[in-house]
Amino acid sequence: MAEVQLSIKNLHKSYDRLDVLKGVDLDVHKGEVVVLLGPSGCGKSTLLRCINGLETINEGTITLDGEVISGKSQAEMSKYRQKIGMVFQSYDLFPHKNIIDNITMAPRKVQGRDRVSAEKEARDLLARVGLLDKEKAFPRMLSGGQKQRVAIVRALEMHPEMMLFDEVTAALDPEMVREVLDVMLELAGQGLTMLIVTHEMAFARAIADRIIFMDGGHIVEQSDPETFFTHPKTDRAKEFLENFEFVARKRKNDSV
Amino acid sequence: MLVLAIDAAREPAISILFRGNNFVRLLGGLWVTIRISMISAVLSIPLGILFGIFMMRKNPAAKAVSRVYLDFIRIMPQLVLLFIVYFGTTRAFGINLSGELSAIIVFVLWGTAEMGDLVRGALSSIPKHQYESAAALGMTPMEINIYVIIPQTLRRLIPLAINLITRMIKTTSLIVLIGVVEVLKTGQQIIDANRFAFPTAALPIYGVIFFLYFFTCWPISLLAKYLEKRWKN
Repeated sequence: MAEVQLSIKNLHKSYDRLDVLKGVDLDVHKGEVVVLLGPSGCGKSTLLRCINGLETINEGTITLDGEVISGKSQAEMSKYRQKIGMVFQSYDLFPHKNIIDNITMAPRKVQGRDRVSAEKEARDLLARVGLLDKEKAFPRMLSGGQKQRVAIVRALEMHPEMMLFDEVTAALDPEMVREVLDVMLELAGQGLTMLIVTHEMAFARAIADRIIFMDGGHIVEQSDPETFFTHPKTDRAKEFLENFEFVARKRKNDSV
Repeated sequence: MLVLAIDAAREPAISILFRGNNFVRLLGGLWVTIRISMISAVLSIPLGILFGIFMMRKNPAAKAVSRVYLDFIRIMPQLVLLFIVYFGTTRAFGINLSGELSAIIVFVLWGTAEMGDLVRGALSSIPKHQYESAAALGMTPMEINIYVIIPQTLRRLIPLAINLITRMIKTTSLIVLIGVVEVLKTGQQIIDANRFAFPTAALPIYGVIFFLYFFTCWPISLLAKYLEKRWKN
């Protein structure tokens, strides 16, 4: 197996007196696609947010490429965040900038790249996600799915070593989910390291190299997707998966 | 003399405007109005920005202080504030402030409170996601403010701040009551001085004052509307 890129040791995180993460250990290898599953409130989104320092952690260490990145100030953290792209559930483009400026702002201001080459790369990436004709549009003119694809491109333009996806399709209309997931599938095929939080089970099964199942602030189970979806080891994982099956069976009966 | 008065009475009342330097005097009065408003606005806007940022602090003492200040200024009619500053300071401390200076003090106190509340509103209307997504792109807190937060805040703020200026211009009509001779008082003086020659002068003079206010505030209001439309998102 490839080298370990991200290593999380004994991570604890609490809000006031609510413990959200209670000692998480996780190694992610270069090029690996890890999908985090689990019921709402199990801490999977918080885990992603801790990785790029949006949440301060209470205990433990996070190491990226052998360098400890946890417990840093916001200003220091900005250096590591350039290596870690993140896409959120909300459509979080900058409303005062058009699409191409949204994408090139951080590369130009943070990495000091020149406008011409940044824009050329942005256009190549936009073409790949089928949005080249939108470069001069403003975010308000785009659909939710289009905005999320731009948000992915905006993160990719920083040349991250790793991408974090926090329920990026959860706020989308159902018909727009596919276009975003397809972009992510393509990225996974190119060997980008990815950590994905999602509730799309079929997608998780298709994209993951490894499934991490979390519950109550712990990693409860981890395995390859085929094993996880066909033979979950723990009762909690079984119950979780049955929730989705139950929804499916009921839908079938309704339609008959 | 009698002949003159009769002659004058035959003229339409509006012609009083072109007698002597009456129109220039009115414009002079308008200049006093604009000068007081502009000095107050120029001082209120930066102070209001600082006050707005101060109001965003989570410190309970800071919150209480800003709340009391904002409510006090909002609840008090501007006229009462003018009287307190103009007459009250003389009585309490023996300081003799000119009417114009008192007016500027009151308008700055008022403008700072209003502007501060606008700044607070604009800042708190920026969603948390804007900070986080910018941070996730590797921007430092300083870069996030410069490139993401302040441009968005200004776009929301500038049309509102411009409207505040038009409100200030209109409210200056109160300062006649502390003896400042601005456009309205000048108009009254012209009407009074020609009471016998032009007994019906009040309507045209106040009509002209109406248009002077209108053509001062209207372009400002148009500018606010234009910016609001252009920056809508």
